[in-house]
Amino acid sequence: MLSETTPPQTAASGAVQVPPTRRNPQTNESSWRGLLRWESALVVALAGALIYGHRTTNFWNATNFFYIGLNIGEIAIMALPLTLIVITGEIDLSVASMLGLSSTLLGYLYLHGWPIGFAIVAVLVVGAIGGALNGVLVTRLGLPSIAVTIGTLTLFRGLAEIILGAKSVGKFPATLTKIGVIPIPHTQIAYSVGCFVVLAIIYGVVLHAMPVGRSIFAIGLQPEAAHFSGIRVKRIKLMLYVLSGTVCSFAGVLWTMRFATSRYDAGTGLELNVVAIVLFGGISIFGGRGSIVGVVLATAVMACIQQALTLRNVDAQVRNIVTGVLLLISVVLPNIATGIHRLRERRRLRNRDRLAHRAPDLHQPTTTTTEGQRA
Amino acid sequence: MPSGADDDPGGIDVSTENRDEPLDGHASAAADTPEPLLVLRQATKSFGSVRALEDGSITLYPGEAHALLGENGAGKSTLVKILAGVHQPDAGELIVAGRTLVLNGPAASRAVGISVIYQEPTLFPDLSVAENIFMGRQPLSSFRRIDKVEMRRQAEAVFRRLGVVLDPSRPARGLSVADQQIVEIAKAISFDAKVIVMDEPTAALTSVEVDRLFEVVRALQAESAAVLFVSHRLEEVFALCQRMTIMRDGRFVRTSLIEDESIDSIIRSMVGRDLESLFPKTATVPGDVALSVERLTREGVFTDVSFDVRRGEIVALAGLVGAGRSEIARAIFGIDRHDAGTVRMEGKPLPNGSPLAAMAAGIGFVPEDRRQQGLVMDLGIDHNVALASLSRLSRNGLIHRSDERNLAIDWASRLQLKFGRMKNAVSTLSGGNQQKVVLAKWLARHPSVLIIDEPTRGIDVGTKAEVHRLLDQLVSQGIAVLMISSELPEVLGMADRVLVVHEGRLVGEFARKDADEASIMRAATGQTVGAAA
Repeated sequence: MLSETTPPQTAASGAVQVPPTRRNPQTNESSWRGLLRWESALVVALAGALIYGHRTTNFWNATNFFYIGLNIGEIAIMALPLTLIVITGEIDLSVASMLGLSSTLLGYLYLHGWPIGFAIVAVLVVGAIGGALNGVLVTRLGLPSIAVTIGTLTLFRGLAEIILGAKSVGKFPATLTKIGVIPIPHTQIAYSVGCFVVLAIIYGVVLHAMPVGRSIFAIGLQPEAAHFSGIRVKRIKLMLYVLSGTVCSFAGVLWTMRFATSRYDAGTGLELNVVAIVLFGGISIFGGRGSIVGVVLATAVMACIQQALTLRNVDAQVRNIVTGVLLLISVVLPNIATGIHRLRERRRLRNRDRLAHRAPDLHQPTTTTTEGQRA
Repeated sequence: MPSGADDDPGGIDVSTENRDEPLDGHASAAADTPEPLLVLRQATKSFGSVRALEDGSITLYPGEAHALLGENGAGKSTLVKILAGVHQPDAGELIVAGRTLVLNGPAASRAVGISVIYQEPTLFPDLSVAENIFMGRQPLSSFRRIDKVEMRRQAEAVFRRLGVVLDPSRPARGLSVADQQIVEIAKAISFDAKVIVMDEPTAALTSVEVDRLFEVVRALQAESAAVLFVSHRLEEVFALCQRMTIMRDGRFVRTSLIEDESIDSIIRSMVGRDLESLFPKTATVPGDVALSVERLTREGVFTDVSFDVRRGEIVALAGLVGAGRSEIARAIFGIDRHDAGTVRMEGKPLPNGSPLAAMAAGIGFVPEDRRQQGLVMDLGIDHNVALASLSRLSRNGLIHRSDERNLAIDWASRLQLKFGRMKNAVSTLSGGNQQKVVLAKWLARHPSVLIIDEPTRGIDVGTKAEVHRLLDQLVSQGIAVLMISSELPEVLGMADRVLVVHEGRLVGEFARKDADEASIMRAATGQTVGAAA
């Protein structure tokens, strides 16, 4: 008993897991490795997709790359705002319906004699309003975003059908519709891809270098702690939904130009491709993790695979299966990784506990407890 | 005991033999059945580096109502959770009805006849009362259909035994807390529970409901069940219980017959420890009023709270868990909206419900729950330190990464943070170091008022002293500190003034020289309305 002089704080400070600075705290090579793990897997996947494409006739030429870009442009653009929303731990499934509603509205307004410029502005405003509707329902009423945006998915599409019915509007000014099908001069890059690149850079800077981006990660990881740090959680989420609505209606404008028609069913079902790209890009569906780089890479992989499969005359159903499998991989793999990590952690803790039980100072001397006992 | 004896469980019994004796032979409640229903001996339980329970010991006899008493943090809840099978003790022995057991889960605890009724039971609101009672083991008729008639009959029988009137077929939604507890008790009885633990059951009840609960407890006693009654309300203990056990600092203090005790003797034993001279308190002269709270009210939570905090003083809000202290702090900082009253910083009123405005006015808030509220556990140390200062660390709208890192490194060295690398997630740090990160996050903003809720909860003794030294330094630099603490020694050691909150109201104010544990405890338990200065 008397030999037990070890004071309790020794045990406590001994439990500080991390040993004192062994490496320079400013070295960040290994944290880069951690950050880019999923992204490097995507680079490998992209290489694989290109090699697969290489062995496909007509894949490896500039025109084909123009088409690859053209086919994925609007989807890629819609994936960017969704990335931010998913990082906050929410979701927006109404993106493709917003694209359809915007395309329809653009056709309707143009048909009714609006100058195309005003019509586009009006469409973008409607996109912002639609996004605000999602945002208000999610943040002010506290409804689950998956339910809200499934609702607006149907709502926006329904409105589009009411506006145009089974009609389709064509005869848009040729200067505009050309933009939809020709590359940016002197390049083989579609205009929509150009927009995507510009937006991706903006989103990348906002998410990874600006205070609001840091706040978005904090919201996704621990909303309460974010709130307690003075971050306006609801305001930021609302803004992200407004942004998503606007960007999706912009994608709708591009879509209309590409096909030179507007129909109410434009882009039906694309939301799944958009969500697939975001998740495949390494954005955690639980929020708080991921990067724009990953989403850009995932877009490229997805586009190349789809195009290679199309060139090989693979059925649309099989292409859907490929999308589905990629989606599953991107959700399941990180989970398995965390599972393994947790298992290892648990084993480590158990070993530590076992060691701790052997430590001599864990049991307290018993005499001090008898002080109050009745004689 | 030699230090090696820890490996030998036999060594533990020796010093505790006298604890389960029925109190020098004159135990009244246990006279006819000397065999105890439940014995817990020297249970210990640690969470990480924090020892929540060092010596949890209690003996329950059939037919008794036994009170478990102690301050916040004395280890009562941990002991209850061990009996409930929620926590497994690191060491110690549990004997139920003569058999030594290990309870590896709530189901195991229920199987041996222990039932725990919590302060706020969780029923299935859309199911009927009877369905709630028989959840998972409903009486069945042919083809395994649930026999509603039989279920209702059995539920009625249980209520008759308890002497309560409650319709078994009404849905649980809308039942008062008191009725919900009755349903839980009925459930316990239908399991043939022999030991019924009630964890602060009366905290949310009206006096009529408390009387009815007591009738039910007496009915349980008549069926020779043992009731363990955890409560802060001493009058209730005297009205209901035959024996009581006092705990302090995670340890058993004594078990005695209720008629041998008085409110004074109990309070003395609950708080009676020598006030360690750990607290490095420098005398300061308070300056101007920094934070002023006027008639602040949040309906149903706290009412009419007014006080000032001056520069260079520590004001402590003392009181029991659930008295509304943290809620007052949250409302001041704008996390929750208040219904009436004003918060002023340097004379200027703050807008209601805006943490951002509170921060801009110079308030920092170290919240109670650092894992959920204080930190983003998966973000790095540097990002967490910077989280409340992002706009200051930005140039042209972009976060300046080297400024951010330097800020974190600066505060890490000032607070002697022990860490591996700045990029490491704060979840890799020990509790004490995590608390330092929260402090760094707010101190980096140079607040003029720091609200700090449970500054040293769950952190080791060494870091505790560091935090106290830090608070003392801050105050001598002219910062106003509003501290909430459930640890009375901390309150007495650090505070210049102590405000006592009881059931959402300020019931007492003590200057440093007048404050002592017994008077604060008395005010906090609503014994006397302290001389409000």
